[in-house]
Amino acid sequence: MELAALNLVNATLNWVTSALDAPSARAVVFGVHIGGHLFVEVLLLVVILFLLSQKSYKPPKRPLTKKEIDELCDEWVPESLIPSITQEMLSEPPVLESAAGPCTVINGKEVVNFASANYLGFVGHEKLLESCTSALEKYGVGSCGPRGFYGTIDVHLDCEARIAKFLGTHDSILYSYGLSTMFSAIPCFCKKGDIIVVDEGVHWGIQNGLYLSRSTIVYFKHNDMESLEKTLEKITSENQRAKKLRRYIVVEAVYQCSVVIGMNKPMIVHSLLKWSRRHGNCKVQWVNVDDTLFWLVQNSGQIAPLDKIIRLKEKYRFRVLLDETNSFGVLGHTGRGLTEYCGVPIEKIDIVTAAMGHALATEGGFCTGSARVIDHQRLSSSGYVFSASLPPYLASAAITAIDVLEENPYLTLKLKENIAILWKGLSDIQGLSIASNPESPIVFLVLEKSTGSVKGDLQLLEDISDRALKQESIYVVASKRSTLDRCPLPVGIRLFVSAAHSEPDLHKACESLKRVAAAMLRAHGGKS
Amino acid sequence: MEFCFEIYGLLFAFGQFRDFFRKIFDWWQASNLQGYAPICLGLEDFYIRRLYLRIQDCFGRPIASAPDAWFDVVERYSNDNNKTLKRTEKISRCLNLGSYNYLGFAAADEYCTPRVIDSLNRFSASTCSTRVDGGTTTLHKELEDCVANFVAKPAAVVFGMGYVTNSAILPVIIGKGGLIISDSLNHNSIVNGARGSGATIRVFQHNTPSHLEKVLREQIAEGQPRTHRPWKKIIVVVEGIYSMEGELCKLPEIVAVCKKYKAYVYLDEAHSIGAVGKTGRGVCELLGVDTADVDIMMGTFTKSFGSCGGYIAGSKELIQYLKYTCPAHLYATSISPPAAQQIISSIKVILGEDGSSRGAQKLARIRENSNFFRSELQKMGFEVLGDNDSPVMPIMLYNPAKIPAFSRECLKQNIAVVTVAFPATPLLLARARICISASHTREDLLKALEVISQVGDLVGIKYFPAEPKKELQHQEQQPGKDTIKLE
Repeated sequence: MELAALNLVNATLNWVTSALDAPSARAVVFGVHIGGHLFVEVLLLVVILFLLSQKSYKPPKRPLTKKEIDELCDEWVPESLIPSITQEMLSEPPVLESAAGPCTVINGKEVVNFASANYLGFVGHEKLLESCTSALEKYGVGSCGPRGFYGTIDVHLDCEARIAKFLGTHDSILYSYGLSTMFSAIPCFCKKGDIIVVDEGVHWGIQNGLYLSRSTIVYFKHNDMESLEKTLEKITSENQRAKKLRRYIVVEAVYQCSVVIGMNKPMIVHSLLKWSRRHGNCKVQWVNVDDTLFWLVQNSGQIAPLDKIIRLKEKYRFRVLLDETNSFGVLGHTGRGLTEYCGVPIEKIDIVTAAMGHALATEGGFCTGSARVIDHQRLSSSGYVFSASLPPYLASAAITAIDVLEENPYLTLKLKENIAILWKGLSDIQGLSIASNPESPIVFLVLEKSTGSVKGDLQLLEDISDRALKQESIYVVASKRSTLDRCPLPVGIRLFVSAAHSEPDLHKACESLKRVAAAMLRAHGGKS
Repeated sequence: MEFCFEIYGLLFAFGQFRDFFRKIFDWWQASNLQGYAPICLGLEDFYIRRLYLRIQDCFGRPIASAPDAWFDVVERYSNDNNKTLKRTEKISRCLNLGSYNYLGFAAADEYCTPRVIDSLNRFSASTCSTRVDGGTTTLHKELEDCVANFVAKPAAVVFGMGYVTNSAILPVIIGKGGLIISDSLNHNSIVNGARGSGATIRVFQHNTPSHLEKVLREQIAEGQPRTHRPWKKIIVVVEGIYSMEGELCKLPEIVAVCKKYKAYVYLDEAHSIGAVGKTGRGVCELLGVDTADVDIMMGTFTKSFGSCGGYIAGSKELIQYLKYTCPAHLYATSISPPAAQQIISSIKVILGEDGSSRGAQKLARIRENSNFFRSELQKMGFEVLGDNDSPVMPIMLYNPAKIPAFSRECLKQNIAVVTVAFPATPLLLARARICISASHTREDLLKALEVISQVGDLVGIKYFPAEPKKELQHQEQQPGKDTIKLE
């Protein structure tokens, strides 16, 4: 048997050798010896090509038939447009029956008003009312058009020039609403791919502007300069090659609702540290700048350390956007805002915005800076181009307000005195502690002992403010947060101090608040 | 129309040429922006620098009086080829065909202005606070009731600015996982609001309910992108009158489609509220749509009411929810009291509650004026867009060179018109937009027609053949006998 197998193998080998030695296998084409192996290779190649040319197997695509789409559409049930209404949504704010000055009338009773941001007391000022009346008679109420289409009235141009002259910048641009100023200015300069470093306590207008700009956003800890420096360092080292990348820092001058840790007084420091350890979401970081700690947050009443920010900006080549809504007309000895307060020349800030609905007692907002910055906004800022312009009487009120402020710089001093009186009166209030900077016109009171949840805190604070209004005729408000707001800072009671508040009013307010706070916390402590 | 592309190409080439020289020039002079990226990169503001600045004097013309039927336009001059424009003291009295003054409330009105000044003295120019923190006065409450009543909805909420109304409401009622289907020619505020909400956005062809249906079917069947989960909710956003087209929305069909597919309807009546409809109640009244079918109605007070601000009207629950969550209500200063009073007074005049029939007269006049003007322009051979009854009429120009020509020539003859180019309209579809007002008299309109016809001949925008011209004066006096006069 082995012989038979051996013979078979020999026969096969002979056949293969003869095939390979066949004359055709010894052909020479183009000087290349063609061996028999070439036939095998050519065969293999043909087989490969054949297989490749076959269509790969794909499961057949079957688009949905009309009937199936109809079924899907019938089955689909949308959510209701709004979630169901809960009890707290039904609460109505108190209705004013007179102007929102330092004293106002609610439900027929006169109350002391700490809820309006009327810092310089211009609400009800005769000069403003006069200029408004003459503007109303000349121009009517509305401006009936956007700025590009005959909505530019000469008062607008005068107002812009006046603001620029007051602040010492080249030019300024008026927006018709305070909230839209920041969220139109930011997307105008920041596009996809740019980097923005922003404080985590900024208000919703800025948050919305940042979201619309689609740039990369990096938050730094609220008013914490070390955290800012670390963030800037990290960003600069990561993006060495990006020459064309624009980089911005966005801060607010006076934050409206967060905690301000400002003074080096040991007692306040101690209680604030205690409080901050309990409220984990608000870390306390100490930055010693000449023995004073600064914090300015609209969500907190803290003041931003501008000089430090400028030093960092120049070191890392960033541009700064500063929102001076609550500091324009308040800080600085002539009311020119945070730049005057910190001694920084205004040319160093690239873009300054502010809403005029606070110190200047009109509506609208403005943005100021170098000519290039302002001219660019006139064509690319959506809130300016696609929206009707500010009503002319409000622009003339703004001009008058700035004139009055310039002639009477003592108003800022009076405001500071009033803030000091209130601070002194409220520093020993039971159950609440002041969490804002002593220079901030917003006095922010937070609970010393939290009820355990944000909702519980808010309820207690609202009860306190309700009681203060009904029994003591003092109108204060608890801070409110929208569901869209991502600010992580705590809630509290806000008092907006005005230069028009009289001393007896302030003392009365302090006494009343102490009484109410003691009563409410006793009641609440009894319940829990 | 024929040479649009070539002209833009030429302008583009010129612009690039000058940019090139500017780069070399700047490279010689060191700038103080060392290390900072330029605030505007290369082609971002190319359009502004090289095309727009040449014709800058046609836009942003300042005025020195109320934007009534006739107003004073301030003359400007330029020393550096239109890069900067300086005001002069000289003014010229022109006919106003550009301001949104549909019912003529722009200037001081005999009923409204005394009341506005009263409320100014009582409540001062601003409340300096947000609505929830001491910014709600009795005026605001009255205003909201008044608006809800006017629009025929259960409740309404008022904001200080129309643009912010759209941008702050859409993110509150819809978020990620929702779908917004918006008309392709919607206003920038709606686009901004939709983007800010985080929902997916799809666009349907302008005013085409059949395409809307197609998009709805596709989207519901497919679900959310990538995960294919079903959508949480779908909102369809349309406008009452499209400001750049002058067209009315096909509301009955769109509402029918949305009802069938269970989508919510958001109607933006910025230009139509107060201006169309028998009693001025907007596009729903004009087209016979029940307001209960439209879920959210939004509008502004700038156009027909001569004031400022915006409103949202809807069911009581919706308004309560918005008052609790909307950032524009919680964080922004409330609407200025004199402006609120102006709105209340003008609504009273429109409804006839002030004891006179001025409101009805104004509404009749604006309808007459719009229809007359539009038909005359079409007869002259202009290409005019828009539907009947709409007070907005764009005249197509197409060619970018005709924009400044038309504008400047009209101004020389004391007619102030608005010309619109990119980016408010597509690049090749530039137009001049006329807004008719109830305060325009017949003589004003005849003068305007005469001037526009002359300028149209000069500039060459009568793209359609003109109908044989009839004597316009004879038409009024002897309706039976028309003298036919050939051009």
